[in-house]
Amino acid sequence: MKPSAETSLPGAVFDRATWTPLLERSAHEVFAIMLDTVLHSIESPANPNNGEFTALVGLAGSICGVLSIRCNSQAARIMASKMLGIPPEEVDNDSWDALGEIANMIAGNFKGKLSGVGNHCMLSVPTIIVGSDYETRSMAAGNTIEAIFEFEQKPLWVTLELHE
Amino acid sequence: MSQIKALIVDDSSVMRKIVERSLRQAGLDLSVMEAGNGAEALTILDTNSVDLILSDINMPVMDGLEFVRQLQTVEKLRGVPVVMITTEGSETNVVQALSFGAKGYIRKPFTPEQVKEHVLPVLGL
Repeated sequence: MKPSAETSLPGAVFDRATWTPLLERSAHEVFAIMLDTVLHSIESPANPNNGEFTALVGLAGSICGVLSIRCNSQAARIMASKMLGIPPEEVDNDSWDALGEIANMIAGNFKGKLSGVGNHCMLSVPTIIVGSDYETRSMAAGNTIEAIFEFEQKPLWVTLELHE
Repeated sequence: MSQIKALIVDDSSVMRKIVERSLRQAGLDLSVMEAGNGAEALTILDTNSVDLILSDINMPVMDGLEFVRQLQTVEKLRGVPVVMITTEGSETNVVQALSFGAKGYIRKPFTPEQVKEHVLPVLGL
């Protein structure tokens, strides 16, 4: 993906106070529409290391960065189950696929809420990481916003790391 | 209503299943083929005829925009109605897809009712 030269769009100016609730709202909307589920925002999870499935979607253009969703395997399985309308025990490899699609939809929904950004920002195909023993290192220091939710009594992190 | 032969093109198997389920909930009697990207879809269409195509835009190998553009270059496929499925905030992609010949579009996230609203008209139902 080639970043757009256009970087002065009003909506692309980072504003934590505005962007964090927009990110939360995007997650709420995607879960409500696709999973018929109400997400509950929380301050911090009881077990902060409980996230072995991570879906990453890159953003490039008027805003550049990575949106990630992290949860445990049970939460991912329940998400797939709710999206497909099947019992959790019938979900197989669809767990990671579902998580990737949710990340993609939240990223799309979020950029659509930023004035003027939607048409000037491309999304990558989702990437899934399975396992929790890893670190990500951004090549450019930037801002990070994070929303934490409880989904089916399990923590779910939605994080947007922005490049400068 | 006779059986509709549909081709669903999306790199996500979960999304293909959701689209299929939504079409069935819309009351369509369906026969479904699936492809993971535009190139796979074109291969399927070499040897199969379909009444309806639903295609994602953001896919690896061949994206939905290139897929729709190539459909218009094949005479027997030109008349097949195509409905694009795209994430929100991508108006440029939608405009481009429509200019290439797509008949409609659905934005993700979507409800089964929205799939019905957008698909039945392009089938003349």
